[in-house]
Amino acid sequence: MFGFGILSGLIILPLVGAAFILLLRGESEAVLRNVRWTALLTTIITFLLSLYAWSLFDTHSADFQLVEQKAWLGSGIIYKLGVDGIAMPFVLLTTLLMPICILASWESITTRVKEYMVAFLVLETLMIGVFCALDLVLFYLFFEAGLIPMFLIIGVWGGKNRIYASFKFFLYTLLGSLLMLLAIMAMYGVAGTTDIVTLLKTSFPSSMQKWLWLAFFASFAVKMPMWPVHTWLPDAHVEAPTAGSVILAGILLKMGGYGFIRFSLPMFPEASQYFAPLVWTLSIIAIVYTSLVALVQEDMKKLIAYSSVAHMGFVTMGLFAMNAQGVQGAVFQMVSHGLVSGALFLCVGVVYDRLHTREISAYGGIVKNMPMYAFVMMLFTMANVGLPGTSGFVGEFLTLAGAFRANTWVAFFATTGVILSAGYALYLYRRVIFGVLDKPAVAAMKDLSAREIICLAPLLVLTIYYGIHPGPILEACAPAVDLLIKNYQTAIAAAKTAAVALH
Amino acid sequence: MSLSFQFAHSLPEIIIALGALFLLMLGAFGAGKRDWIITEVAIVILGVALLSMFYPVDGKALVWNGAFVDDAFARFMKMLALGGALVSLVLSREFMAREEIDFFEFPVLILLATLGMSMLISANGLIALYVGLELMSLALYVIAAFHRDNLRASEAGLKYFALGALSSGMLLYGSSLIYGFTGTVNFPELAVALQGTPPLGAVFGLVFILAGLAFKMSMVPFHMWTPDVYEGAPTPVTAFFASAAKMAAVAITVRIVITAFPGIKLQWQQIVMFISILSMIVGAFGALWQTNIKRLMAYSSIGHMGFAMVGLAAGSENGVAGVLIYLAIYLVMTLGTFATILSMRVGNQYVENIGDLAGLSRNNGLMAFAVAMMMFSLSGIPPLAGFFAKYYVFAAAINAGLYWLAVIGMLASTVAAFYYLRVVKIVYFDPPARPFERAAIEVRGVMTICLIVVVIFGAIASPLVDAAGAAARSLVWY
Repeated sequence: MFGFGILSGLIILPLVGAAFILLLRGESEAVLRNVRWTALLTTIITFLLSLYAWSLFDTHSADFQLVEQKAWLGSGIIYKLGVDGIAMPFVLLTTLLMPICILASWESITTRVKEYMVAFLVLETLMIGVFCALDLVLFYLFFEAGLIPMFLIIGVWGGKNRIYASFKFFLYTLLGSLLMLLAIMAMYGVAGTTDIVTLLKTSFPSSMQKWLWLAFFASFAVKMPMWPVHTWLPDAHVEAPTAGSVILAGILLKMGGYGFIRFSLPMFPEASQYFAPLVWTLSIIAIVYTSLVALVQEDMKKLIAYSSVAHMGFVTMGLFAMNAQGVQGAVFQMVSHGLVSGALFLCVGVVYDRLHTREISAYGGIVKNMPMYAFVMMLFTMANVGLPGTSGFVGEFLTLAGAFRANTWVAFFATTGVILSAGYALYLYRRVIFGVLDKPAVAAMKDLSAREIICLAPLLVLTIYYGIHPGPILEACAPAVDLLIKNYQTAIAAAKTAAVALH
Repeated sequence: MSLSFQFAHSLPEIIIALGALFLLMLGAFGAGKRDWIITEVAIVILGVALLSMFYPVDGKALVWNGAFVDDAFARFMKMLALGGALVSLVLSREFMAREEIDFFEFPVLILLATLGMSMLISANGLIALYVGLELMSLALYVIAAFHRDNLRASEAGLKYFALGALSSGMLLYGSSLIYGFTGTVNFPELAVALQGTPPLGAVFGLVFILAGLAFKMSMVPFHMWTPDVYEGAPTPVTAFFASAAKMAAVAITVRIVITAFPGIKLQWQQIVMFISILSMIVGAFGALWQTNIKRLMAYSSIGHMGFAMVGLAAGSENGVAGVLIYLAIYLVMTLGTFATILSMRVGNQYVENIGDLAGLSRNNGLMAFAVAMMMFSLSGIPPLAGFFAKYYVFAAAINAGLYWLAVIGMLASTVAAFYYLRVVKIVYFDPPARPFERAAIEVRGVMTICLIVVVIFGAIASPLVDAAGAAARSLVWY
């Protein structure tokens, strides 16, 4: 339509829904119902459209597909969209989680419903844009613009300490991103374009690569988040409303990992090799240290937030192993973590809606009155631990295998994280689900409602399905990952030859 | 060179000058003490002057014995300055009437100040520069103290006058040094005279001239007057200071260093970098704990001038184009913000505390959204207009190799983001305070238009970027 393709459709659709919601007037119950239904339908249609895009996608090709391009701002900035096998899973993950988020907020959000839904729909547009953008400035635009709706979501609908958390989230991410912006400008100065496809073929001078890499690292490390710049995440998670936490853990954290795959590794191969030990060290510290921190948490959401940092540690470790297992495992781990941690936050939301506290000690023994909930929670806890048969296992195993090939010590230390994660996850499960049901308020809680089952069921099915049959995701990203690794090795070899020739 | 040719190239100035004199007569002999249609006629005059710039004239012309230059740069900047003056006048109508200071002198003085700006932007020599600058400044001193029964306004006017006179003195002293060491006051001739190793006296002259101009741009270390004058002056006057006056001051600074001093580029680059870094830092930290929104905007404008000067420090064609884009966007953001400030009225009383905005999102959704978007845009968050402003100046700085300048700028803009966010927090997160009265239709109109431009800027930016590029080329690179 008007020369725009299906990806533009994905980006525009949520905005259309948001505009429609803004047109609805009044605060009556009927209007609010319309608002909720509009948001839900919009996200479902977007999801269906993304499935259609997926059906058009050729998984055997490493190229960017569904590409569309338009002239935009005079000096080399273009409007260019496209997806490859690495981006496509994230687009689908985004569109899948959105309707679930809307459903999860159905009853828990009662104030300013209209603004809430608009913020979420705008956020969806921006997240899809991040994964589809094939122009560096366009990417930055979507990447950074997401701060505005998320800032409002945390700040308006968050918990007690929401203002501190929203400021911390915003300023941390902003500082990292601004340094990346400077690097983008410098790259534009060298290449004369911000077209990602062209930049992927450009080789930047070695000395420059290190600075550029560091600038991108500043942004993505904060977003991932990696130790020691992870401290904004627990605060943001604890204060955000349930759906906000789901999006934060499910999608926003993945932007950092996606950025590493899309930019840092292929565009600055020499610097990536040079800095790999640094990334490994930080990853191991993240895995071991934040797992230990998770062990002593008293707040359910905080515990899951720290476990997210640990799991993202596996992702960065696998990425910088720079072999097929490591990178594919990292992509898989990110998708799997999006499903599992999203589901865990939903599970916390379920009991939070009933008791309005996230203190672990306030619960106990709910297996007796909420058997269904206990079952679902157990499955996702196991997936979080990485039990074989769940999607969590595949990602952790592949990243560890990749790291083992690159550096045995890294794999050795990281594996202790698997044990620790079993520790904190099972400890959490025991305290919340088992024990004596001696608190009357807890005993009065009802089991999952139909709406909550609809929210959790798709995630449950996918977690098990990808645990047994990881093929679809791995095959989709395999050609793109192979190309990435081939180009990486060529670049490293060329740099070595050049260094030898100099001596 | 025929007279009609000269008139054709200074048409906007002639329209404004005649219009100002006509309105003065009308006010003095016709309308009595209070203004009834003077403001409206002044708006029409500015509108006609603005439209007259679309009259197709070719290329670059030197008129009035080479003292006055008409090129794409001048037209671009004049459109911004005249646009700023026009919108400030539109915004002033309701405020002046409610505060009962709607005397006919106000629009006349605005017209005269705008005439000064217009001449300043087109000045092609030190004498024309001084004439334009003084015409602008004298009118500004008066309107700063226009609310003469108000203590703060009188203080603001006096402060501005005393410090302004000092800066004019410095500028004159610098001009005399330059003339003494080169024997000319004409910009292109200065560029020829100052090739090779410059005489020390000329460099001194440059420093004094830039100090005088930095005062007009309210850049550190000559910024002291800004917060007091912004706070004390009537709000529409502050809007005029922050919009139109800034445009003219930056325009002449860009023109003089690019056209008159290309030979001593290394020297002025250092000065520009120095004041740019200081302004960004002072602007960011000074605003952190302000409670008055006009004072906040004063520090914000100091910071923004620092950012704009990053483009000039690059000293390249892209840098100048970046400055022009920055100014155009800054103009829209400033006018939009002042339109919201002028909508802050409780009962019959205008309020200025940031705390008065508390919980605005519950009382007035559109205005709250406008405030939030202006603040996000001022802090440079994409996809809003402010991001593109920063993008172009910093890209030019990076390409010129000024990495440290760019990094310091980015750090400063993170600090600045904090106080802009604080305003958003008060508007969206805090419990509601007293609701505001409904503002006049024209104030809401300006707010809405600025809001739309700021939000969808990315989609409509292309013509502006091209025009700024052409304007920058017309300055020297022809």
